Amino acid sequence: MKSAREIVSFIGGAALRAWRSLRDVGTWSPLLVGQMRRLGVDSIPIALFIAVFTGIVLALLSSYIFTGTVPNYFVGALVGKTIMLELGPVLTGMALAGRVGANIAAEIGTMKVTEQVDALETLAYDPGSYLVVPRVLAATVMFPVVTALAIGVGVLTGWFTAINLLDLTTLEFVKGLRMFYQFKDLWFGLIKAASFGLVVALTGCLRGLATQNGAEGVGRETTRAVVIGCEAILALDAFWALVLL
Amino acid sequence: MIRFDNLHKRFGAKVVLDGFSLDVPDGATTVLIGASGSGKSVILKHIVGLLQPDAGGVDVDGRRVDALDTEELVALRRQIGYVFQSAALFDSMTLAENVRMGLARQQLPESEVASRTADALAHVGLSDAAGRYPAEVSGGMRKRAGIARAIALRPRYILWDEPTSGLDPVTSATMDRLMRRTAAELGTTSLVVTHDMRSAFAVGDRIAMLHEGRVRAVGTGEAMRATSDPVVRQFIEGRPE
Ligand SMILES: Nc1ncnc2c1ncn2[C@@H]1O[C@H](COP(=O)(O)OP(=O)(O)O)[C@@H](O)[C@H]1O
Ligand SMILES: [Mg+2]
Repeated sequence: MKSAREIVSFIGGAALRAWRSLRDVGTWSPLLVGQMRRLGVDSIPIALFIAVFTGIVLALLSSYIFTGTVPNYFVGALVGKTIMLELGPVLTGMALAGRVGANIAAEIGTMKVTEQVDALETLAYDPGSYLVVPRVLAATVMFPVVTALAIGVGVLTGWFTAINLLDLTTLEFVKGLRMFYQFKDLWFGLIKAASFGLVVALTGCLRGLATQNGAEGVGRETTRAVVIGCEAILALDAFWALVLL
Repeated sequence: MIRFDNLHKRFGAKVVLDGFSLDVPDGATTVLIGASGSGKSVILKHIVGLLQPDAGGVDVDGRRVDALDTEELVALRRQIGYVFQSAALFDSMTLAENVRMGLARQQLPESEVASRTADALAHVGLSDAAGRYPAEVSGGMRKRAGIARAIALRPRYILWDEPTSGLDPVTSATMDRLMRRTAAELGTTSLVVTHDMRSAFAVGDRIAMLHEGRVRAVGTGEAMRATSDPVVRQFIEGRPE
């Protein structure tokens, strides 16, 4: 095991490098919008696909749980709360960990094994500023945006299911939705989503930059990036529940 | 001038460089020959600080590369053109955009960037392919685009990593001519790494052989051809045992 001193100096060194890369605004800022589109906007379809089914299932499940015990309008409360607090951020995060984490790790890993990362350095680019910062910032900003859309669509399909397949009126559903709603529910979900974006993108970048041994290495690091990204999401999810709730 | 001073490098338990010392004099072309996997690329990467030595070091113009701070290293890299074995072109960019990448980092007016890009592409005979993507051109053209990207910076040194590997004999000979022409017209000091003996004799003013992490022999092409060292003879003549 490494000594505490080594660990501290490692973290210090990494923080210093991150700060240097962030300071080089001229290098990363022109690349940011492209990454926001690629990592965020292009991920919207998969996130909405998941949200639609989550909304339907949640409405049906809560109706099954509540029928005969509590008033029907609790369906609205359960759908709203669970999607905002947990399922919206986490399911979207998991889906994007696959899509975004794999995309980043595979692209940077391929650049690494084909010496493109070395070429960047010899041309006086810092790979941190040119490759890592735009991806990490884009994911941190766009995960909450995509998650917010997913929450909206999930709640909408929950409502649609409730009024069409269950014996609920719009009024009852909205009553349930508003009864326990706090503004905190929403920002709690979105803060989680931002932290998921940060770790997923950072993991993808670091695994990509650590790639060795050609195509096989790219495959291995891509898989690793996705697995670590998903594990980190679950750990962070528990962390935020402990700290913020 | 580039001077390797007792360079040591290992990866895990594998010792790659074990006291490598060599002078690369200015204004000449030095060729470093050695078997595949002997550490030739590792040597080149030490010159531009992509790898750090375990012991010993590399001096460029009298300054120890691994002792430079970030800004000094950037300044050093501007002096050195690196031609990668696989060309290492950025595949999302056209050949011209690849050449521009390095120039874009320097405080140059746009007209200067454009004219240097055009000159560099013309030097390697790629003016007509400027707008094409790396995936759309042949391996030889990719290598030449990599050369254009390196020379556009007007470097004092050019490092060539296996410039003729993967090329057919005629294209290889063309590449040799391009290397000689580049050295003559731009006045650069070249260090060429290769295991292609025909190319080594064609471009090298001096030839050094890397064997087991050190310089086994160094001399002019004539001297190397006449050597009695069995290891060098075997490599030059390409005998299996
Ligand atoms: N970054 C690295 N990590 C681990 N091993 C490496 C690394 N770079 C090179 N090596 C090893 O060093 C040895 C020499 O590699 P290289 O310099 O690429 O050989 P070549 O003479 O063919 O250019 C090889 O065994 C290679 O596997
Ligand atoms: Mg090599």
